[in-house]
Amino acid sequence: MKILVALKQVPDTESRIKVAADGRSLDPADVKWITSPYDEYALEEAIRIKEAKGAEVVALSVGTDAAKDVLKNALALGADTAVLLKGDGQGDAFAVAQMIAAYVKDKGFDLILCGNKGLGGDNAAMGPMLAELLGVAQANVVVKLELGDGTFSAERETDGGSELVVGALPAVITAQKGLNEPRYASLKGIMAAKKKTIEELDAAPAVAGAQVSALALPPERPAGRKLEGEPAAQAQALLQALKDEAKVF
Amino acid sequence: MILVFCELKDGQLRKPSAEALSEGRRLADASGKQLGALFVGASCAGADDAAKYGADVILTAEGGTLASYSSDAFAQVVADAVKAKGATVLLAAATAVGKDVAPRTAARLAAGYASDATGLSMVDGKLQAVRPVYAGKAFATTSFASAVQVATTRPNVFPAAEKAGVGATEALAAPTGDFKSVVKEILAKAGGKVDLSEANVIVSGGRGMKDGANFKLLEEFADAIGGVVGASRAAVDAGWGLPHSMQVGQTGKVVSPTLYIACGISGAIQHIAGMSGSKFIVAINKDPEAPIFKLASYGIVGDLFEVVPELTKAAKAMGIGSN
Repeated sequence: MKILVALKQVPDTESRIKVAADGRSLDPADVKWITSPYDEYALEEAIRIKEAKGAEVVALSVGTDAAKDVLKNALALGADTAVLLKGDGQGDAFAVAQMIAAYVKDKGFDLILCGNKGLGGDNAAMGPMLAELLGVAQANVVVKLELGDGTFSAERETDGGSELVVGALPAVITAQKGLNEPRYASLKGIMAAKKKTIEELDAAPAVAGAQVSALALPPERPAGRKLEGEPAAQAQALLQALKDEAKVF
Repeated sequence: MILVFCELKDGQLRKPSAEALSEGRRLADASGKQLGALFVGASCAGADDAAKYGADVILTAEGGTLASYSSDAFAQVVADAVKAKGATVLLAAATAVGKDVAPRTAARLAAGYASDATGLSMVDGKLQAVRPVYAGKAFATTSFASAVQVATTRPNVFPAAEKAGVGATEALAAPTGDFKSVVKEILAKAGGKVDLSEANVIVSGGRGMKDGANFKLLEEFADAIGGVVGASRAAVDAGWGLPHSMQVGQTGKVVSPTLYIACGISGAIQHIAGMSGSKFIVAINKDPEAPIFKLASYGIVGDLFEVVPELTKAAKAMGIGSN
């Protein structure tokens, strides 16, 4: 079995977001970069499949040289090989899906795993777009995955519930928190990863469908007020304010 | 045409779909286009509801390969409808199905895609979307390069406004062929409660709840005011047995209710990212310096174990949940 895990480098969740001088991109100063957390579940799942049934795990990222950190980490965790598709990192989800589809084609992958969304861009689009471009099955926001002989069975989160998706391999599966508990890299893994090289390829040309034309911070929230008194009085005052001022009830 | 992919639940138009339709009507009026509503599924009985929200044409595709949800079958029928009607804008609500089918359909149409939009407009005949990024820490204006433009609308943001439409109906054939995946079984239903992402009122608990069992207090209060219970990452990760589906924040659900009540939540950046789009925020916390108070429309510095039961009692006395 051959598994591709697509990983994205994103700003850490604790990062404060600042808009760059161009008015449409993120100011990278002071940003700490991490592997998108949902991609970590995807990678962990691939490694578990490898451990349980045997598989070749290829880690892939699209981006600049900076994204090599994500791939080094993936190698340390247990990916067999790593590929960087070099691009400027500016493309939309559709462009990235095209680049990955061009790489994947004819390489015989049985399974493609990635996060259900890249933290930050929050598009939740690359996985299903890749599935369509490759003409394969998809299951998104997956919390449980089982593989059969050329088939998969995936539990995915829906609006307040869950459903079982069954389909044929190859497939694109996008991971959700809960799929597994990702491991930490072992010292042995980190040392072994140092000996491995990251294959660098130019990303295939792609056409973006959309672009960010402006990035802005949300408006400041109006100042609020504190409600004083004993708990019973505070409770009464809050509900009254929500009813009369905010007109929520 | 502006085409809106709509969903039914128990034979009725889902609220997020009504919101998407209403926004579609507004965009259609602004650009002199027709509004189409598209229903796909086992049965489309109830689709005529779309006329109430301004649909000029109601398209239905039901049964056969569409009897159970299949990403590829649905994407095909939606893309075919876009092409057949010459639609230039495709909208869907950002629900579990909407977020699954819309990007796949966009790729099929070589169209740009904006997910979870909170603002839409027509600029020079093309869609422009404003959407939260970094879970709402910033907003990106998205412009499209493609001939067809696809977007999903975030639930609870666009008002569902009734406006009578012509509502002429037209049935489409279910696609034939061998599709790659299908929903075999519904494992868990939302029950009577709405999902967090659609909820109008959310009562959320954090580390200050001290134990999962204490969430019962929040449930009682939420029941009294017609709300749904959520949790911070700290609470979900604390091993209290709370499911991830309850988590609000950058790595959980991003919500935009009318009212968000944060109980024992300090206000970590990643939590704030997930709920700062709420119209009104109430913070209940022992620590007067907790960052959550900076966002709060109303703040109560106090012990949630004393305040929340008082709130439940007062809500019942005021009859708040009953209207």
